[in-house]
Amino acid sequence: MSQPPPASGGDLRSSGGPPPPGPEDHVRGEGTSLVIVYGDYECPYCARTELLLADLPVRLVFRHFPVPSKHPRARALAHAAEAAALQGRFWEMHDSLFGDQGHLDDPHLWQRAERLGLDLDRFERDRRSPEVDERVTRDFRSGVRAGVMTTPTLFVDGELVSGAPPPELIERLRSA
Amino acid sequence: MIAAGAQAPDFKLRDQDGLEITLEELKGQTSLLVFYPLDFSPVCTDQLSIYQELLSDFESRGVKLYGVSVDSAFCHKAFQDKLNLTFPLLADFEPKGQIAKAYGVYDDEWGTSRRALFLIGPDGVVKWSYVSPSALEIPGANLIFDALEPAPAG
Repeated sequence: MSQPPPASGGDLRSSGGPPPPGPEDHVRGEGTSLVIVYGDYECPYCARTELLLADLPVRLVFRHFPVPSKHPRARALAHAAEAAALQGRFWEMHDSLFGDQGHLDDPHLWQRAERLGLDLDRFERDRRSPEVDERVTRDFRSGVRAGVMTTPTLFVDGELVSGAPPPELIERLRSA
Repeated sequence: MIAAGAQAPDFKLRDQDGLEITLEELKGQTSLLVFYPLDFSPVCTDQLSIYQELLSDFESRGVKLYGVSVDSAFCHKAFQDKLNLTFPLLADFEPKGQIAKAYGVYDDEWGTSRRALFLIGPDGVVKWSYVSPSALEIPGANLIFDALEPAPAG
């Protein structure tokens, strides 16, 4: 059997941790602790995690870890958030999606985009573009290399936390 | 647990469609046996779903995946449909867990396989194996890619 070399950037070996926040990342909040979340917009535990992390004094990075075989809309939703990002509205779309996981079909995405004042034609083009697809895939693969195997997975100042964060961790971050 | 360098124990198991698959038939290709506790349990669902997302990466490295649990072929079929899995799931069903026992990864207390991985070379020899410390811990896919492409000796 022929074994072509993996495409460039195709390395999936352990990276020893997630990449540090870069210019491509979505970052919000201020604080001494850095929390990198790998999540999926169709995952209820990820929505719960968002609520738990809201208002904590932390620097929060969100990366996409869509698992469509489990959550059929996960990939489309990650693309929608990235398409909104191209119009400067990533966190608004992010909050909108996690705020209501009962309405995730395409017509609901158009309604959300309109409410956020997005150019709908551009949103539609962008969310189906190869650039957005690659952007989401880069997040997913960086998570795989860092050992992410479920959503949500958090890296709290480098420490891997699998699943929704326990109350002790939330308290620790609140008083940090 | 069967370790790297050992001959992989032979098996004859039915897949989700009732077709028999033997280790002998897998010779000539690199195979990854993914032993997991049970169909439909939450952690197993995550594990196989994420491996499914990486299937083209496994295939581009010449690796074929086979899930193995003590569930029946009919149960495997339903689980495969539910998760849209496209790799075979093998039924270690009768005698229950016989192959998991042969590979040294049967959990007597739970009556299921433990969560374990065996990378088997084209010659039928185990190239790498891994067993999770607990059923709740999923072996990261990164570990499999580490085993497939060891870092160049420095």
